[in-house]
Amino acid sequence: MPSQSALSPAGPQAGRIISLWWMMFYVTGAVFLIVMAFLMAALVRRRRPYGGAAADVPDVRPEPSGERRMSHVVLTGVALTVVILFVFLVRSYVTGRALDSLHEQDHLTVKVVGHQWWWEVSYDNATAAYTVTTANEIHIPVGRPVLFKLSSTDVIHSFWVPNLHGKTDLVPGHENVTWLKADREGVYRGQCAEFCGHQHAHMAFTVVVEPYEKFKAWYDAQLAAAQEPSTESQKQGRQVFLSSPCVMCHTVRGTDAGSRVGPDLTHVASRGTLAAGTLENTRGHLAGWVVDSQQIKPGNRMPPNNLEPADLQALLDYLQSLK
Amino acid sequence: MPGRKEDDRAERAASLEAARTDIEALRAYAAGVDAARTDDLLADDIADEHERRALAKTWGDGPGFWGWLASTNHKTVGRRFIYTAFGFFILAGILAVLMRVQLARPESRFLNPDLYNQIFTMHGTTMMFLFAVPVMEAVAVYVLPLMLGARNIAFPRLNAFSYWVYLFGGVMLWVAFVLNVGPDAGWFSYVPLSGPEYGAGKRVDFWAQMITFTEVSALCVATEIITTFFKMRAPGMSLNRVPVYCWSVLVMAFMVFFAMPTIAWASACLMMDRLIGTHFFNPAEGGDPILWQHLFWFFGHPEVYIIFIPGTGFVSTILSTFSRRPIFGYTALVLALVSTGFIGFGLWVHHMFATGLPRMGESFFTGATIMIAIPAGVQIFCWIATLWGGRPVFKSPMMFVLGFFFIFVIGGMTGVMQGAVPVDLQVHDTYFVVAHFHYVLIGGAVFPLFGAFHYWFPKVTGRLLSEKLGHATFWVMFVGFNLTFFPMHILGLRGMPRRVYTYQPNLGWGDLNMLASAGGVLLTLGVLLFIVNALRSLRAGALAGDNPWGAATLEWATSSPPPAYNFLRPPTVDSRDTLWTQPADQPVVIGLRSDVREVLVTRALDAEPDLKTEFPDSSIWPLLAALATTAMFIGTIFTPWALPVGMLPVFVTLTGWFWPKKKRLAEERPPEEVKEKHGERWLKLQEQES
Amino acid sequence: MRLARRLAIVFWAAAAALTSASCMREERGFRVSPPPSGRVQTVRLTDFQPGPAQPPEVTQNAYEENAYAVSEGKRLYEQMNCVGCHFHGGGGIGPALMDAHWIYGSDPSQIFSTIVQGRPNGMPSFRNKLNDDEVWKIAAYVRSLSGQVAKDVAPSRSDDMSGPPPESATEKKPPVKSGGIPKSAEMPK
Repeated sequence: MPSQSALSPAGPQAGRIISLWWMMFYVTGAVFLIVMAFLMAALVRRRRPYGGAAADVPDVRPEPSGERRMSHVVLTGVALTVVILFVFLVRSYVTGRALDSLHEQDHLTVKVVGHQWWWEVSYDNATAAYTVTTANEIHIPVGRPVLFKLSSTDVIHSFWVPNLHGKTDLVPGHENVTWLKADREGVYRGQCAEFCGHQHAHMAFTVVVEPYEKFKAWYDAQLAAAQEPSTESQKQGRQVFLSSPCVMCHTVRGTDAGSRVGPDLTHVASRGTLAAGTLENTRGHLAGWVVDSQQIKPGNRMPPNNLEPADLQALLDYLQSLK
Repeated sequence: MPGRKEDDRAERAASLEAARTDIEALRAYAAGVDAARTDDLLADDIADEHERRALAKTWGDGPGFWGWLASTNHKTVGRRFIYTAFGFFILAGILAVLMRVQLARPESRFLNPDLYNQIFTMHGTTMMFLFAVPVMEAVAVYVLPLMLGARNIAFPRLNAFSYWVYLFGGVMLWVAFVLNVGPDAGWFSYVPLSGPEYGAGKRVDFWAQMITFTEVSALCVATEIITTFFKMRAPGMSLNRVPVYCWSVLVMAFMVFFAMPTIAWASACLMMDRLIGTHFFNPAEGGDPILWQHLFWFFGHPEVYIIFIPGTGFVSTILSTFSRRPIFGYTALVLALVSTGFIGFGLWVHHMFATGLPRMGESFFTGATIMIAIPAGVQIFCWIATLWGGRPVFKSPMMFVLGFFFIFVIGGMTGVMQGAVPVDLQVHDTYFVVAHFHYVLIGGAVFPLFGAFHYWFPKVTGRLLSEKLGHATFWVMFVGFNLTFFPMHILGLRGMPRRVYTYQPNLGWGDLNMLASAGGVLLTLGVLLFIVNALRSLRAGALAGDNPWGAATLEWATSSPPPAYNFLRPPTVDSRDTLWTQPADQPVVIGLRSDVREVLVTRALDAEPDLKTEFPDSSIWPLLAALATTAMFIGTIFTPWALPVGMLPVFVTLTGWFWPKKKRLAEERPPEEVKEKHGERWLKLQEQES
Repeated sequence: MRLARRLAIVFWAAAAALTSASCMREERGFRVSPPPSGRVQTVRLTDFQPGPAQPPEVTQNAYEENAYAVSEGKRLYEQMNCVGCHFHGGGGIGPALMDAHWIYGSDPSQIFSTIVQGRPNGMPSFRNKLNDDEVWKIAAYVRSLSGQVAKDVAPSRSDDMSGPPPESATEKKPPVKSGGIPKSAEMPK
């Protein structure tokens, strides 16, 4: 399972954030302990036996010298608080600046569009023919800052890969940008962090961080149109795909299927997960998803499909050939 | 509880009888000494009793069901308010238990996503709008006039109205929920998810209209509180002698005043978008979903302080009583409250750091967010100093306050962390935040509130809660709370987002979630223990007496439970901790008529007597007005025409409400001897007739 | 206090009654069985008939009682490109759907078969491209365009450029059998 945790950073941004957090954790932890120590001391200092008479005569006019001493301590405490908070403020500002300092002239730009409840991913390129469109899986080269342009077509979502960086919202009518940079190769899981309806819980994606060559190879593979079916069964599967409701929502480049309502399936078999990070991409899961997705992800937009067993098998053969 | 009432009556009769025997004994004793003087004493007592009956008749609720409905007494309304809010607390708590059951295991099928979304929305909405704010107002409605030495809250009919409106709004929301029309877009109802396109049906409309109900109610109560605070204080209670609790509810009321209109307006815009197709939040037509977030959080963040500030008031009150000394740093505490009230309005953007606002602007809000830790720190330090310089008594209210320290300080610390934009970007909308605000709200408000329940229970009911059960309640709640919410910090850092109805098994969040759910069971048990304790003590608790804790504030100067008129003779004040320092012959206010609801109004700063005025009688009109308002509000969910048409009955009921009454005939003055009893120091009010 | 108890009884009775009456209007049915499509086979496409005239059969589309289903219908109406010809009800390439004229009938089952079978002069057939459930949802939405669906069920405005008034604000128009193919429904030349 890919990692999804802010505690094990894989990039400079998440690293900076977590080190800021640890600093704050230690300082506030110490403050907490000191405050609790004072509290305990105050409680045991002049403790009366448990259950003592409540009508005890109150100490109406506390001794002025003691009061003065206490007010000095309190003032010191407040002054220390102010100092600590100021340090936090400066440190936070500096970290914030550093987070936004990732810029590179010749960077990769990834457009992410949030949908209920999946992620449309496209790699920007000045030449339309070099634009790659995929879904729920983002590949980026290691050690290179990548610009993400985030937008939404329906409700507000939030783009979050805890191992790499904090979150940025996808707001309809706005385009937000964020930079990510990963220093460690690996697969990191991200998830929608803004409540977006029924399947907010199952709106995940993976970020695959790989060496540039591997990334380039992947990119080139994604650029290609869908693989032609090679077996009879795959051919039949394509026929099923094109003559069933599938074609109304999904794109398979190189065929007549060109709708952009649902995820692009041109290279669906190359992806690690199905249904926005919900299922591992296996034949069984795929079958279950095609036939009755509402059982797996109730409320999602994929309708149930009543396919003949033979047609279903053929369709699965075809989809699994779309590497 | 008919038994209890009869018991009370019997007790009262018995004590009266005892008093009479005493008097007779005294009389017999004094007969030989000075027959004339004893007769005077007896005459005084008889006059007092006469006065009591007259006041009870004047200020009491009318008989029967009608009188029950028409009550405008702040204690009756306050009690109803508290019970209702507590009822909503239980309901929302049940929803929390359902959510914890669902989340205890990964990919659980206990609740479907739609129901889960409704449940978490209802939990948040009920806790924030129907429990936390109303209960703080409710306690203020009950306690504030007593603490200030007044006979009723200012604008008593408005007070009854605000309760009914609140009740009807809450019931409407819950009926909708039971009918499967419960809101499902979160308690924050972000557009566009809650907007006309993605929020099908009437679910969000009920949410938005519930806002209108509770806001109307909250604004009414805020008006009453502010007026009561400034104009109804006991003579001599200048601003520097007002108990800290009263200051805290004053700050709360002002915050309500400035925060609530924002959300009322925003929810009206949302309803218009949904009902008549306006475009406030439609980006394609120049609207903006971010606008909603600004409006919502401009209310939503002060809301947190609206809940927390009265909590600090409870803490100050309880701490002072059980440390057996005046609160340390009175001026600093009051200034901290006021500055919290101001700063609280300057940090709403920290809920929106991830929406892509300019970084420099965000830094300003980091500063403001972090700054609010300063007044909070001042308060904490002053409280610890109070304990340090006092001799703490560990009664159950005190235990809740000590628990508050532990929990709230943790919550404050995580709050400071989230003030930093970079950290917030990571933990925002994760379980870390869920942990944080439960630490702040349960720690900062619910624990003090339970402390306040334990503290004022004897005043409200006349009976003491069981100390043993009280301590047990505290420990079970304390352990349960920390078990439930501490693991959520870790879950959040390990990547678990909020508001998910389930999570996948291989993410490794299962164990901590299970632990949290187990803690939830314990927390529930703690609340149940409190209910058991309260019910048992209502029937069989020890009699409390006027001032069981030996506290210093005025609400303890009258009987428990207080009579309808609060004080036989309203007290005067010459120091901050009145009951601890006042001389035996502290003057009282006399000369107020007992045949009409006459009250003394004092000046805002020094509380010098200003004028006498007459409060309105109990009335059914506030209830009718609330019903008419309810009809209009519910109607507007379905058609805009309900607004103009629904105005008519509202207008009619308001006319009835404000219809001038016939002039009353003055009754006899109380016997002159009663006045003389109080010697030279009584306040000559009759010379200051308005 | 006896009074309080009586009130409590009334309260619980009311709560029980409400629960049992829990309304379907807001149900989010994720795995529902749509209305039977079999009825569609018996639909008459003409009033012309042998023998004495009989009143037309009326089918009930349960989705017309469900706000969520109608809003799903609206989404599908956009996504399946019904807007491409009918626009947001005003028509253009295809006939208007927000007026009272129905060329092939206003009954839900008639709309169902229009979508599934297609109609001459440009309406494509969606057979096998949409499953029955989706067609019923679209049919429910189409009827809401001319106010045939209750106002608290019909959707409100979209987050788009403002077009015609929201379906929920549309007055109900009694369906009229259209005499022929309106200008807007003719094949573009």
